[in-house]
Amino acid sequence: MRALQAEGVKTIFGYPGGAIMPVYDALFDYTRGEKKCFDHILVRHEQGATHAAEGYARVSGQVGVALVTSGPGVTNCLTGIADAMMDSTPIVVIAGQVPIGALGTDAFQEVDLVGVSQPISKWSYQIRHAEDVSWAVSRAFYIARTGRPGPVVLDFAKNAQTEEIDYNPQKVNFIRSYVPYPKLEAEAVKKAAELINTAKKPLALVGQGVELGNAQSELRAFLEKADIPAGRTMLGLSALPSDHPLNAGMLGMHGNYAVNLKEQECDVLIAIGMRFSDRVTGNLKTYAKQAKIIHLDIDRSEIDKNVKTDVAIVADCKESLPALTSLINKADHKEWRDSFKPLDEKEREKVIEPAIHPKEGPLLMGEVVNAVAKQAPDDAILVTDVGQNQLFATRYFKYLHKRSICTSGGLGTMGYGMPAAIGATFAAPQRTVCCFMGDGGFQMCIEELGTIMEQKCPVKMIVMNNHYLGNVRQWQDMFWMRRKSFTKMMNPDYEQIAKGYGISYQAVTEREKLVAAIRDMLTTDGPYILECAILEEDNVLPMTPPGMDVDKMMLEV
Amino acid sequence: MKKEQKKLYTLLVYSENVAGILNQVTAAFTRRQVNIESLNVSASSIPGVHKYTITAWSDEDQIQKIVGQIEKKIDVVKANYFTDDQLFIRESGLYKLATQMVLENSEVSRTIRRYGASIIEVNPTYTIVMKFGLTEDIISLFRALDAFGCVLQYTRSGRIAVTRGMQEQVSEFLEEREKNG
Repeated sequence: MRALQAEGVKTIFGYPGGAIMPVYDALFDYTRGEKKCFDHILVRHEQGATHAAEGYARVSGQVGVALVTSGPGVTNCLTGIADAMMDSTPIVVIAGQVPIGALGTDAFQEVDLVGVSQPISKWSYQIRHAEDVSWAVSRAFYIARTGRPGPVVLDFAKNAQTEEIDYNPQKVNFIRSYVPYPKLEAEAVKKAAELINTAKKPLALVGQGVELGNAQSELRAFLEKADIPAGRTMLGLSALPSDHPLNAGMLGMHGNYAVNLKEQECDVLIAIGMRFSDRVTGNLKTYAKQAKIIHLDIDRSEIDKNVKTDVAIVADCKESLPALTSLINKADHKEWRDSFKPLDEKEREKVIEPAIHPKEGPLLMGEVVNAVAKQAPDDAILVTDVGQNQLFATRYFKYLHKRSICTSGGLGTMGYGMPAAIGATFAAPQRTVCCFMGDGGFQMCIEELGTIMEQKCPVKMIVMNNHYLGNVRQWQDMFWMRRKSFTKMMNPDYEQIAKGYGISYQAVTEREKLVAAIRDMLTTDGPYILECAILEEDNVLPMTPPGMDVDKMMLEV
Repeated sequence: MKKEQKKLYTLLVYSENVAGILNQVTAAFTRRQVNIESLNVSASSIPGVHKYTITAWSDEDQIQKIVGQIEKKIDVVKANYFTDDQLFIRESGLYKLATQMVLENSEVSRTIRRYGASIIEVNPTYTIVMKFGLTEDIISLFRALDAFGCVLQYTRSGRIAVTRGMQEQVSEFLEEREKNG
């Protein structure tokens, strides 16, 4: 407990069980009365604890903590750990383990946690004795939050939980084999600046690294000085405000049309804290072949992993961006920027307007998101589940404040939304949390409604119900000859469910009632479920079919 | 990928001496379905640091990525890859031969001498022969002895290697780290 306190932990998402009972017993005293220093949030399923910790971490910038028992308690966490690994989210999962004397005997609720979690965590360690606790906890937090952040797993043997020792605080802030912040190489910065200074059509790709490095203003200074338009990855959406004049929209398969085409036309491509995911690049064989590539990343292993770079700057972007900015010339690329406009216009006319301002027919996801974004406060946080709801929500929400988006990017974890939104409300109690889900994802971690009820988490849940697993259905229609194999869903009566949990609820089926319903949701204190009856077979557009060249993006099906 | 396009690479990996590293190192290969050809683990000249010598057939692009993923592991100090011309390489082979057949056919001992191998144990039942050298020599001796039909058991070790370069990268890296840490 004191080791966690020393790391500044305030909120713990957890679920008790046999092998973690000594810790829970100690927690009893530390969550009430004069010793109180933690809030413990009892989730309803351990997967929820990890996603809540992720949501907490993403919004607060602090390490999220999940506390669970051994065996099934922690195998339930594996999805969240893998998710945090893919999306560089700093969380520490502390799990009980059988006493070391029982290890390897197939003891009750024993699982080889270090073995199963190693490939999906940044560090995984078994605490075998009480004297290890202070060192291991400090090392775990140090590793989780520094460099490229990620999940750390502590496998806490029960005997180590009960052994009594004098508390000997240890602080780890150096590991000789681990270089979280590589030294900036002046030569690379110089080369990159030279490329940027000769560029006629520079394009920046901004990723979550900018948010993780807290370099949002350094990014703006860099872009503004050389007048460089910038696309953002899905995880990097709030690294640059959406109303910034140099914001060129979202990258990727369902991103914005102009920026996807311009990736194939730019002469210098500057990737900042992003990893060239296949969902961004499409066909790597043809991707940005005409351009010189500059890649800024804190993780050396990302360089040349997917896209070969001409200049790599391996450092924290908080440091590398100002260094680069100081060497680049002030520039004006008006002509280049203007060349985005007709394409943006085309997308607006063919895709955006019909999606957000439909004239007739059932409600559309784009229109719901747009209507929520219009009424939500400027610092509202967007949380999404995975699927069409995510693609529409990320496309049509607004990002005016840093750290405004929680979404499962790399792993694409359905069920992520609701628990992540719970975590977000604890990270920023004063901000509005809007959580968009489909009817599929809503049901995947639906048990967390219990947590929301108990904690009165003010999550504004927008369930966009189309009675389909919509994204898979879209692919079936587009690429699998319309054979809708198991994507149609029979749904429960969500009103009854909301009633059961005592959560405010409203359903909207008619366009005229949407704005008032959203107003009602946003002005009601506490949690709220807004169920929107959505057109069953709507498609997310534009779209670059998987593995295709990014400039083959389709505006219509 | 066809074998012809592949090359034999040697990885030298240095890590802290903690449990579970080998798993993490080999997992980087498993994930990409690259076969490890040989593997040797031992303490290095630096106290507390273990050295892994790993060989695998692959192409440079793939090997580069594997090395990147290995070096990223928290307790891995350094990982690098080399081709054979950048290294001094040795392997060893042990051959257990039937003593009677060795005595009956003088060609056997001549072959052992010709290959520069040494006999390290002789008893009425079997004779143990040992050879240090490069992979091909060790295999070639096995084939020669096997042709006489006298081999009872044969095993070849993993490769051990040191670099030809002048710099001792790992100790210098650690000194630098300790100085700044």
